[in-house]
Amino acid sequence: MSDNDLNKKLLHLFLSFKLIFLPMRIVPFAVSVVISAGLIFALNKQWGTIPPMGKFLSPQHGFWQNAEPASQDFDAELSFPDLKGKAEVYLDERLVPHVFAENEEDLYFIQGYLHAKFRLFQIDLQTKAAAGRASEIAGPKAIDYDKQQRRLGMVYAAEIATKYIESDPVAKKIFDAYTNGINAYIDNLKESDLPVEYKLLNFKPERWSNLRSALLLKMMAKDLSSGTENDMAHTNAKSIFLPDELKLLYPQVNDSLVPIVPKGTVFDKPGIIPVQPASADSLYFGRKDTVTAKEIAKPDINNGSNNWVVAGSKTQSGAPILCNDPHLELSLPSIWYEMQLQTPGSNAYGVSLPGAPFVIIGFNDSIAWGVTNAQRDVKDYYEIKFKDKTKQEYWFSGKWEKATLKEEIIKVKGGADVKDTVAYTIFGPVMFDESFSNNLSNSRNLAVRWVAHDPSNEGMTFYKLNRAKNYDDYAEAIKTFQCPGQNFIFASKTGDIAIWQQGKFPARWHRQGLYVMPGEDSSYMWQGFIPQPENPHAKNPERGFLESTNQRPADSTYPYFIPGSYITPRGVTVEKYLSGMTGITPKDMMALHVNYFNSLAEDAVPVLLKYVQVDKLDAKAKGYLDIVRNWNLMASPDSKGQTVYQCWWDSLEAGIWKDELTKVEPQAPWPEEQTTMELLKKDSALSFIDNINTAEKETLFDVVTTALQQAATDLAKKEAEGKLEWAKFKNPTVYHLLKDALPAFARKGLNVGGNGNIINAVTHSHGPSWRMIVHLTNQTEAYGVYPGGQSGNPGSRFYDDYVDKWVEGQYHKLWFMREGDKTDKNVKWIMKFNKGN
Amino acid sequence: MKFITAIILTALLAFISGLLSFSPWWGFAITSFLVALLVHQKAGKAFLAGFLGLLLLWCGLAWWIDMQNHGVLSARIASVLPLGGNSMLLILVTGVVGGLVAGFAAMSGSYLRSSSKS
Repeated sequence: MSDNDLNKKLLHLFLSFKLIFLPMRIVPFAVSVVISAGLIFALNKQWGTIPPMGKFLSPQHGFWQNAEPASQDFDAELSFPDLKGKAEVYLDERLVPHVFAENEEDLYFIQGYLHAKFRLFQIDLQTKAAAGRASEIAGPKAIDYDKQQRRLGMVYAAEIATKYIESDPVAKKIFDAYTNGINAYIDNLKESDLPVEYKLLNFKPERWSNLRSALLLKMMAKDLSSGTENDMAHTNAKSIFLPDELKLLYPQVNDSLVPIVPKGTVFDKPGIIPVQPASADSLYFGRKDTVTAKEIAKPDINNGSNNWVVAGSKTQSGAPILCNDPHLELSLPSIWYEMQLQTPGSNAYGVSLPGAPFVIIGFNDSIAWGVTNAQRDVKDYYEIKFKDKTKQEYWFSGKWEKATLKEEIIKVKGGADVKDTVAYTIFGPVMFDESFSNNLSNSRNLAVRWVAHDPSNEGMTFYKLNRAKNYDDYAEAIKTFQCPGQNFIFASKTGDIAIWQQGKFPARWHRQGLYVMPGEDSSYMWQGFIPQPENPHAKNPERGFLESTNQRPADSTYPYFIPGSYITPRGVTVEKYLSGMTGITPKDMMALHVNYFNSLAEDAVPVLLKYVQVDKLDAKAKGYLDIVRNWNLMASPDSKGQTVYQCWWDSLEAGIWKDELTKVEPQAPWPEEQTTMELLKKDSALSFIDNINTAEKETLFDVVTTALQQAATDLAKKEAEGKLEWAKFKNPTVYHLLKDALPAFARKGLNVGGNGNIINAVTHSHGPSWRMIVHLTNQTEAYGVYPGGQSGNPGSRFYDDYVDKWVEGQYHKLWFMREGDKTDKNVKWIMKFNKGN
Repeated sequence: MKFITAIILTALLAFISGLLSFSPWWGFAITSFLVALLVHQKAGKAFLAGFLGLLLLWCGLAWWIDMQNHGVLSARIASVLPLGGNSMLLILVTGVVGGLVAGFAAMSGSYLRSSSKS
């Protein structure tokens, strides 16, 4: 057909259309089309927090597609070109995958694939938030959070770690395979299969990379080793308290401390002796000015944990039992994903961290291991003097040094991009300066030195632990673990028990880094690190057990200065119980995991009862006093005594400390409750008891009595609401990752007691995120439970199916599947993986 | 008869368009429009047929999915949306939203056909 013909034809077509359409009743048609199009447009668009409703409600595209049938069949046959051989995943009735692969690459490819399949939104969200990209999802309210993440150097740290990981051929192979596994899932994902959160928030998942796995590990480093210092608040405390007062209020070693390494252990002579700079008295200890910077969303100090191990000499079977319960912010989906990973050369079972390869806490055929947080301070601040506002140069050792300026662009959902510039110095990134000081005036330039910025590959520790056969393998595996410092507890089938507090810890001169340090030369920098073999550790002690519960690792005879945010009471309780037990069975350990004994209250209640002046109380307060008098010191869910005691105690702490601590802004840190209790026990005439804002001189009698009377007012309100029982009072909740944005996806009002200082450390939304008990008998006998479920899909029956068991203190028997079990009735579904396109 | 045919055809084609991976969620608006062109009825009736076709399809599908899911997700979504956690209400809202889009699309089809005839 020639062009001419075509034109003629088109013209003809046009004319005939015109003939048809022109005379028609165009108006109603047009109106109707416009309404239809407008309706589709409106239903296809996100309005504020309202998702695109048409797309969202469509049963074939939207959230209904996430409503997984209760009888969902998880059988699958999958082929991917990245696989090297064949592999099978056997899913049991709890949806725990038992992965059997022919080689390591396929094993970790499949682990990545499963993490993505069951936890995609979680890994995507967490690593975006870690990188300071939360505003892309949450909008303008997350801008300050994102700025802080970037100024802390989270991406900087992850980039360094990625480079280091990829320089090791074995690690690179595994991390690449893991990344490919996640991407294999993402690349084959249909829009209708997107997790429901993406449909609600109207965004799409981003492809994975090794950097994102590193970001996840740095997120853990931040959660566990970034909130363990309080340097800025302590700097402010220094401005209002005398040196002796500081030592009294913030002691390095509590009287009641039961350290991780049993008392009496003899420590080697220190391999490094750091020297205090000559100017310390004037430029460091003597400075009385305050800092006005303050971290937002500081990691929870209760990010702690329990672990303990009993030797065969204390158990009924003669085999060791290892227990662990890491305390973290509880969330749905859980931070943990349970799985078994098997190749011809390795076989590990336990919980993994979605977003990273390996089993993190678990056991294999020969050993079991667990972790708690070391709580050590590995992050310091240095004050930087810039030449001018451009921050291009800073004063260091007598000359102007060039800073590296990093431009940060924060993309904001529903808003314009936000730009920020971060100056990097020899110490690290300048976290706080006048353009970022959380709206507080008169800010100083503070650079942060943090161990998490150093090159490291924490993943390899778990790679090796998954394969460790004995104590030597374990000791070798953990040696390179740097940050966040952890207490690695260990037991083997050959009967060894051990614990190491492992991490890269700066060797500090006395009181170095408690406060902001001068940054104008190298004299205040860390002079080195504690040699790894000198990290606190213990193996096969005569008493037959070891434990760690976030307390100080060693008593004052340890030859290094080791500040941190230690938690003392749980260790006291665990030690008390374990030392008295013999013939221990896993059942006894289950009971101990959910123990509610309040050892702090055991010491504090007598003080309260001794000093309360009954005749000054009103009838209501007297009633509450009786409740405490009759309390059995158990923080059980139905305990009213725990509620009254806690409110009374909190009110007393405020009565004693608030007047002094709030003399500075931001306020000085509150002394540990353990410290307060010990001070009151020792000295009832403690000068801080007096309220400096009143004319009269208050005594301990006055403050204890007033505290109860004041608490009684609040308690009466709670009682009227029917919330005097401890579980009702604290309302234990496992939130969805998006917290208050999605309350409907949370589990609220759980009937569980405990508190941060109690073995069963459940607070309002924080607590034992995984409870594990491993009995190292010939046929490993293991139990575990976490407050969540294997599926991250709120539309799955596996989303929160473990929560009730966890609340009740019950466990799943962990099925350590064998090659011969492939036709066992426990196998509910099989996913087959093959090499192919 | 035409009315029933239109409803069934609307629902059927909408369902098929939902199965096609390239088709957006509003693919049924086009098929509903075509059905109204093909099976001509007056605008009001066409609207009603389109509306009912999608209402039945979407409510039916949602109800079927919900039953198999034992209402786990619908209860949660019905709390995220201000529906007081009522799954049945959520199913109804689902159907009405689909119905409205299909109804107007069908009405457009009807107007197009009737105007082309006059």
